Amino acid sequence: MVASTKGQPLVHLNRISKHFGEGETRVDALRNVSINVYPQQVIALLGPSGSGKTTLLNVIGCILDPSSGSMELDGEKVIEDGAWLRGDLRQLRLDKIGFIFQFHNLLPFLDATDNVAIVLKLTGVDIGRARKRAIELLDYLEVGHRKNAMPSQLSGGEAQRVAIARALANSPRIILADEPTAALDSKRAGIVMDLMRKLAMEQDAAIIAVTHDEKIFDRFDHIFELRDGRLESDAATDTPAVEKTST
Amino acid sequence: MNLAYRDIRHNLGRFLLTCVGLGLLLGVVMAMIGIYRGLIVDALTIARAPNVDLWVVEARTRGPFAEASRIPGNTREAIARVAGVAAAGSITYQTVETQHQLKKLRLYVIGYEPTRPGGPPEIAKGRNIARSHYEMVADRATGLVLTDRIRLGRTTFTVVGLTQHQVNSGGDPAIYITLPDAQKLQFDLAPPAQRVQLARGKGGAILDTVNAVVARVQPNSSADAIADTVRRWKHLGAITQEGQELILTRSLVDRARRQIGLFTTLLLVVSAVIIALIIYTMTMEKLKQIATLKLIGAPDRTIIGMIVQQAMALGLIGFATGAILIFNIKDFFPRRVVLEPDNVVVLGLIVFAVCLVSSGLGVRAALKVDPATALGG
Repeated sequence: MVASTKGQPLVHLNRISKHFGEGETRVDALRNVSINVYPQQVIALLGPSGSGKTTLLNVIGCILDPSSGSMELDGEKVIEDGAWLRGDLRQLRLDKIGFIFQFHNLLPFLDATDNVAIVLKLTGVDIGRARKRAIELLDYLEVGHRKNAMPSQLSGGEAQRVAIARALANSPRIILADEPTAALDSKRAGIVMDLMRKLAMEQDAAIIAVTHDEKIFDRFDHIFELRDGRLESDAATDTPAVEKTST
Repeated sequence: MNLAYRDIRHNLGRFLLTCVGLGLLLGVVMAMIGIYRGLIVDALTIARAPNVDLWVVEARTRGPFAEASRIPGNTREAIARVAGVAAAGSITYQTVETQHQLKKLRLYVIGYEPTRPGGPPEIAKGRNIARSHYEMVADRATGLVLTDRIRLGRTTFTVVGLTQHQVNSGGDPAIYITLPDAQKLQFDLAPPAQRVQLARGKGGAILDTVNAVVARVQPNSSADAIADTVRRWKHLGAITQEGQELILTRSLVDRARRQIGLFTTLLLVVSAVIIALIIYTMTMEKLKQIATLKLIGAPDRTIIGMIVQQAMALGLIGFATGAILIFNIKDFFPRRVVLEPDNVVVLGLIVFAVCLVSSGLGVRAALKVDPATALGG
């Protein structure tokens, strides 16, 4: 199944470039990268080490300034000519983006419920309602029975599900995942990817994942390969160099 | 959802252990402050005990504590007749070493006239001296109890009363005996020496000598004015109570006071550095978590709040531990440890300020964390 590419893209990158240093030490991490990612799409960013995947994820995640180019997130222009149009990037992340990490990055001092609820709490939801919503999400992700467990008491798969619940708590439309299945075996990796896809469909969200995990390539709608900061496809027209279709 | 509290609860054992360590350090700081205060209080105790306004001593001396002072015993009558003097009493001070129940005792012997100024400020147990000879009032720090008999010089004294916290600036506990007994103890020659003097055709020692005359002035009179009057007699000097206290604190215990003061300051600086390092280390251990919090949208105030609250909790628990410790063991110190509420409050405020400033290091490190650190291994 290939997700729809109709309508407005959730993520629109137009000729995004990013370089570090100047002169002889200048490194071009991204060179004129243009991508459109639509609702319900699950996208993979592939590439060798140093190809610019994480840099690209950081730019989309509003944690790294690009050197040039423009970006729209969920219909809102956030970067114009390499400059942020919004001052409060943290609020922007809170409003629009969910993050899933390689090693779940759950806060070790909060139990599973509060690890999810904290995102809602940060948006001003009262703690009672935040916990109720967190438990609903944990139940949905089939880790509700571990709601009171501390991260150290969770298995890798359980912890990653809790991390997914946290990424979804605020109903973001863009979910960025950094090697989400790297710490999981192939069976659990498949389950997690299926779960992410299901959530993308239900929440009308887009998922962009950096991955090297070949066992889950078939779970992505598009795979964009980066090499030396360049996209090996014309992503703006949605004709990726490598495209796999899941069934 | 208080992140600071939850983090502390998660690492409770380690946090409490850190607090106890800090508490011990702050306990030492408090002990030093207590010893410092105790030194000053001890130095002033004996001078304040007679509750007088004026000290008449030998001319050109700063006696009887900072320097030796000897004046004739009949000086008291002269002073008592000065206009404005309400009461005057002769007084002697000397340090003796003796043995009691096989234990060596260093005693600060105060000779006074029981019906005149110069006696113990209050009797904690027993009674004041009622007979003109062979009775003593001893401080509890001597270890003596009522009815104990103790030999001083060639005389045996019976303890009839006990005082509390009456020690000299060296920490030796005080005992009070009558002036004639004290004069005999201090000035009377031993029989062989007396025989030598007599053989030389000289009389025995002059017993009627005192170290000082203390005086209370009438309410409408000025101690300074009376002191000026007394100084006109060439063989006498006069020091007001305020002057006497200044001599004691600025001269007699000044070096010890400054030494302890400097050491206390150093300890406070060391405590501040340790608190700063603990908070900084605690923050550095959480950098990944802080990066995650930033990435998921936590504002700076949430992160700053977490660090500052933990720093405050560390300081508060450490301070409380130190205070509880020192209040429970202060009486076991050989010298007096005086911890007054205002000292404790001031130290508490210093610890509070140190924690606040120290947490700045941690906050600075936390605010510099790039949220991108949360991404990747």
